Amino acid sequence: MAKPNALTHPESLKRPPGPSAYAKDPANARLSKADKIRLYTQMARIRHFEQRCIRTYQQGKIGGFLHLYVGQEAIAVGTLSVLGKDDHLITGYRDHGHALMVGMDMNSCMAELQGKATGCSKGKGGSMHYFAPDKNYWGGHGIVGGQAPLGAGIAYALKHKGLKGCCLTYMGDGAVNQGAVHEAYNLAALWDIPVIFVIENNGYSMGTSQERSTAHPGSLAQRAEGYGMDWDLVNGHDLYEVRAKTAAAVRRAHEKSRPTVLEIFTYRYFGHSMSDPDKTYRDKEEIKDYRENKDPIKLWEKALLEEGVLDAAKVAAINEAAMDEAEKAAAFADASPYPEPSAITQDIYWEEDNRGPKTTSRGTIIFGD
Amino acid sequence: MPVLSYREAIRAALREELARDENVVVMGEEVAQFNGAYKVTEGLLKEFGPRRVVDTPISEAGFIGVGIGASMLGIRPVMELMFWSFSYVAFDQIVNNAGNIRYMSGGLINCPIVIRGPANGGTNVGATHSHTPEAILASHPGIKVVCPATPYDAKGLMKAAIRDNDPVYVMENTILYNDKGEVPDEDYIVPLGSADVKRVGADLTIVAHGRAVLTSLKAAEILEKEHGVSVEVVDLRSIRPLDEATVLASVRKTHRVLLVEENKPFCGVDAQLAYLIQAKAFDDLDAPIGRVSSIDAPQIYCKPLEDIQIPNPARVVEGALKVLA
Repeated sequence: MAKPNALTHPESLKRPPGPSAYAKDPANARLSKADKIRLYTQMARIRHFEQRCIRTYQQGKIGGFLHLYVGQEAIAVGTLSVLGKDDHLITGYRDHGHALMVGMDMNSCMAELQGKATGCSKGKGGSMHYFAPDKNYWGGHGIVGGQAPLGAGIAYALKHKGLKGCCLTYMGDGAVNQGAVHEAYNLAALWDIPVIFVIENNGYSMGTSQERSTAHPGSLAQRAEGYGMDWDLVNGHDLYEVRAKTAAAVRRAHEKSRPTVLEIFTYRYFGHSMSDPDKTYRDKEEIKDYRENKDPIKLWEKALLEEGVLDAAKVAAINEAAMDEAEKAAAFADASPYPEPSAITQDIYWEEDNRGPKTTSRGTIIFGD
Repeated sequence: MPVLSYREAIRAALREELARDENVVVMGEEVAQFNGAYKVTEGLLKEFGPRRVVDTPISEAGFIGVGIGASMLGIRPVMELMFWSFSYVAFDQIVNNAGNIRYMSGGLINCPIVIRGPANGGTNVGATHSHTPEAILASHPGIKVVCPATPYDAKGLMKAAIRDNDPVYVMENTILYNDKGEVPDEDYIVPLGSADVKRVGADLTIVAHGRAVLTSLKAAEILEKEHGVSVEVVDLRSIRPLDEATVLASVRKTHRVLLVEENKPFCGVDAQLAYLIQAKAFDDLDAPIGRVSSIDAPQIYCKPLEDIQIPNPARVVEGALKVLA
């Protein structure tokens, strides 16, 4: 693999973590103390939610897949915290962090994991399929890269409606080799679509490292050049940097209606999903190094302690409250009922769920035996 | 009443819906400047401009995905596939995304998108361009599929599809584009899920969809003239939703059924119909259900053989006589 250089890594990742060069960026200079604490609280909430999910999973209450966001919190919190009212987002299956950040409540998110009727998708979507259109959040998509054209389409619709908005379209580093992603890149650049493709690069597409999966000597974002798109590399352990560079991409979308590819370097502390024993493709030392030296929450905490925004007591109180909220969400999920069997055949067709004199469909649309 | 071709009828539907609703956008390969690979969208760019009638690159997964994403925000994209055969490179978008998002979101989202284009064999172009995926797609709950056979139905179904709040896939037929028929000027829709009795008869029911309806009508003429048999032809028009009532009513009247489709036989639309009829009208049947479909092979290039592979009037007559025997 090529030695890290300006085309492969963000400048700030080439030296040990220290005070952020982006603290005084206009996107950050406007943050009040309360704003900064709120960002810390959001990251803490995501982490404690995910850690509580592990317990629920180990108790055998969560079926299917569970892809944890632990270690990547600064991306969802940093990128989404710079958005305005007409900005939207869509992501892949590692979608819990984004959901909590846009304001979905922990109870319905936790209940969804257990397939309960009180879940955010009434127990019909599961971990990979959270949606909150009222909060501009369009999922939660299970097929790697399949959401990329949808994100471009959401941004296309915003432009068609004359709104000054953009769509953050998240994907992992494994998605960049999917055809649908490249088709979305081409259309976004060709049609001046205000979409921002955010590659959350945690180094591994499931168990396959970047050097074993991707035939490009530079960064993943650099492929944007092939489509004439702007791109940038971002240190995902530094919340200030994530905010500053996302804000620049959002400005480009709003003011010039041009797309951007942001590659944000991050790390997941757990396996690809809970079914990944995480023992074959990376060593423990690597994980330990990230946890101890580059943890985005710890680094943000340190910055705020140094700025005098937080103190130890407040840190403890915030974490305790987040843990308590996650615990209550787990209890809520436990106590919630499963959907009635009749729910299986609801929410398939809008016209069927709203059948009346004005709907366009007749006849049989759900088939029995 | 004005007489329009099947092509003009679809174009009239697109034009009227583009004029009616600012959210309707026509998108696809060659739909704008080129005036449509099959000229269905001819003149629409000139009339509505490039914001409403949009040329796409050859990038089906990409542009159909864009249409689905836009539809979640209330845009009503009408996407042209030059051939439905090309849908196979966009299958994830068409099935996983458009078909599942409403369900997976617990009903929070719907995708009012139309995907349309020809889905037929019989044009001497070989296997890759001759697929008829109505059964494959209709087997996915969340998706609607219609197959108009006449200009009147093409316009009415297209308008219903565009106003529908779910994904509707309209399968046209290149061989029918020049067929002419009466089409009213005024606004009308053919509701999805309503079959149509195209010919009234007493001795045998033929159920068909798409061009197979026209083949069956020709066969019915021959059966009447040469064999003295009175045949009723039911045009499904819509595969999902399905008008079970009209099919069953005809079966209960004639007591004999022949199913005709241009699909291949295995797991075709007629497999579902045969199950339905035996389950709900078993006691009304005087003979086993008959079936005529395309011969079970990839679509052959050779024109004389392709004309045999697809149901033609002679094969339908032969199939009918077996059921009547």
